[in-house]
This record gives sequence, structure tokens and C-alpha cells, in this order.
Amino acid sequence: MRRVDALKAVYGELEREGRVVVTIMGAVAAELQSLGHRRNFFYLQHAMGLASSMGLGIALSRPELEVVVFDGDGSILMNLGGLTTLARYRPRNLTHVVFDNESLLSVGGFPTATATGSDIAGMAKAAGIPRTATVTALDDFRGEFVRALGSNDLTTIVAKVEAVGPSGYVTDLALLENRYQFHRHLRELQAKRTPSQE
Amino acid sequence: MPVSVTSSELIYESLKGVGVGLVSALPETWLVHLIRMAEDDPGMTLVRLAKEEEGVGVSAGAYLAGVKSAMLMQNHGFLASVNGIVSCAQLYRIPLLMLISHRGEFGERDPWQTEGGGVTEHVLDALRIPYAQLASRDDVARKISKAQTLAHSASRPVALLLCRDLMWED
Repeated sequence: MRRVDALKAVYGELEREGRVVVTIMGAVAAELQSLGHRRNFFYLQHAMGLASSMGLGIALSRPELEVVVFDGDGSILMNLGGLTTLARYRPRNLTHVVFDNESLLSVGGFPTATATGSDIAGMAKAAGIPRTATVTALDDFRGEFVRALGSNDLTTIVAKVEAVGPSGYVTDLALLENRYQFHRHLRELQAKRTPSQE
Repeated sequence: MPVSVTSSELIYESLKGVGVGLVSALPETWLVHLIRMAEDDPGMTLVRLAKEEEGVGVSAGAYLAGVKSAMLMQNHGFLASVNGIVSCAQLYRIPLLMLISHRGEFGERDPWQTEGGGVTEHVLDALRIPYAQLASRDDVARKISKAQTLAHSASRPVALLLCRDLMWED
């Protein structure tokens, strides 16, 4: 399974109002943008490991939103403790996807520890995340993703993907443009809910 | 325990006064009362972390979602959070109110705290993070309010160093 195909397979699910997406840097951000940027997508273009923590902050602050985090093996391996924090607060409105290509692709493809047997879904489960799965086929990924969104519970899906990505990672969308647009989008969604407070 | 309850209450009420609705924390001795107050307050979301850097991500998410937050951590936790502060909060212009217990200054008895105490302010300077020491109860409410104002007007991290004279009753 290629990551860009996996993103394409669930892209339609990301369009529903009230769903927000946080991605890690590099190939995930570039490939999602290549499918079409939307105002509910935020790309954390550095701070490796913190995309899942940002997702937690959004999910706890706005229970009415459905938060999707697109993480990677290299990033989550930098913040394994964060899995225990996710599990501890168990935001039921958070779906955590880890694209696991068993490598640090953007810096030359050096293997991560998942290439030598470390099991991210196993660690997520052991951390206490109630729903976990590892998938290797596109249809299975789409099925697990849709089930996770409908499950009303915290889910970590590890999608095993090929170590291939786009030729470049810098896109036309400036980091701060993305940040202010995303912030405004979340404010507008809130204003729709509580017009009397505006 | 000689951690000041009075000062902790004052700090907590000041955080509430500036609209803080989410606190991330990793326990350390000087922060125990503050963390308990957050835990006992139904109007506060407390996020207990495994490592302080997570708190930068949690606060950034909360901010973008419309909730004001504060990070409670020891200066060693601040040192452990530097990349998150730089490449999340500063890169993306996220207001971040950090309350940092300033271990290792004059009067410190624990040898293991002394090295971090000596570098904390230098690291804050290197990161161009505006900060002030909170050493007197008279300053607490005013400085927390001003720190919060600057964090949001500048869209940047700011820090308050919780000092021994404020936090510890020898």
C-alpha cells in the first residue's frame, strides 16, 4: 500500500464539517496537500512527535469536533510517552493513524525500529488505547478508518505503507498561512454552534 | 510539606483570572498544590503528561481550538521541551504561558537541581523568550496577567519563573 493511495482512499471522509486533521511534516503533509488542501487541515511541519499531542489538545478542548491525526513511525517513536497520555484521557473524538513505512524516508530512508520488529499498534494497545489495529491492504485501511470514525472511541490505526514519497516536501502553502487559516476555521465552526456568544 | 499553599492559591486564582481553561503538568515538589487545585476544579482541564514537551503540542492544539492554557513544569522540564517550543510554538506563532519552577537557585539543597538552575535563564535568553521572576506574592496576579497579555499580543511563548522565595516556606 502506498501512503498517498491510503490518503486518497479516505480523503472523502475528511471533508465532513466538524472533522479536523493534523498531520506530521514531510511526505504526509505534501501528499495530503497534493490531493487538495482544505481549511480543516493543519500540517505540523516540524516538532516531530507532537502532532498526536496537538490532536489531543484539540480533541479535549472541542469535544464536538472529530479529530484525525496522520502520524508516522519516526514521529510517534519520538513521543511514545504521548501514547500513554492519549490513553489516559481517552478522547473519544480522536482517530490516530500512524503511517508506518519502517523508515525515516525524508532524510534518506534510514530504517526505524519498526523495521526490526517494534510494533506500534502493540505499544499503543499496551499503553491503554482502547481500539488498535495494524493494516497492510488499502481496503482494510479504509474499513478500519471508517469504523474508527464511527466508533466513538479513541483508536490508533497503524497502516503499513511502502517507503516511497513525493519528490519534494516544500509546498505552496506557507506555514503561517496554514496556521491562521486553520485557527480561523475552528473559530468559525465554534461561532456557528454558539451564535449568541459572537 | 513546606511548599507554600498560600502562594499556590494565589497563582492558581491568577491563572483562572486570565482565562486559563486547560493546564498541562508534570508533577514536581513545588507544583503539587497547583496540580491538586487544577485536579479538584471542575472548570479546569488538567492534562498529566509523560514528558513536558507533549505539553507544547497540547497547548498549541488547545489554543487553535479556542482554549487558553498554561504549562506547569520544572525548569528541567522546560529544558526537555526546547524543540517543541522552537519548532511548534515559535515556528507557528502560538501564545504559550509557561510557569516554570526555578529549581537550583540560591538556597537549593538538592545537588541534582543545581546544574539546570544555572542554565535556565540563559536558555530562555537564547530562545528570546520574555520572562520574569515571580518571587513575591505581591507580584503574582499582576505579572501573570501581563505575561498572558504579551503572550497573546505577540503570539509567542512567555515564561514566569516560580522562585524559591515564593514557593518554599523554609
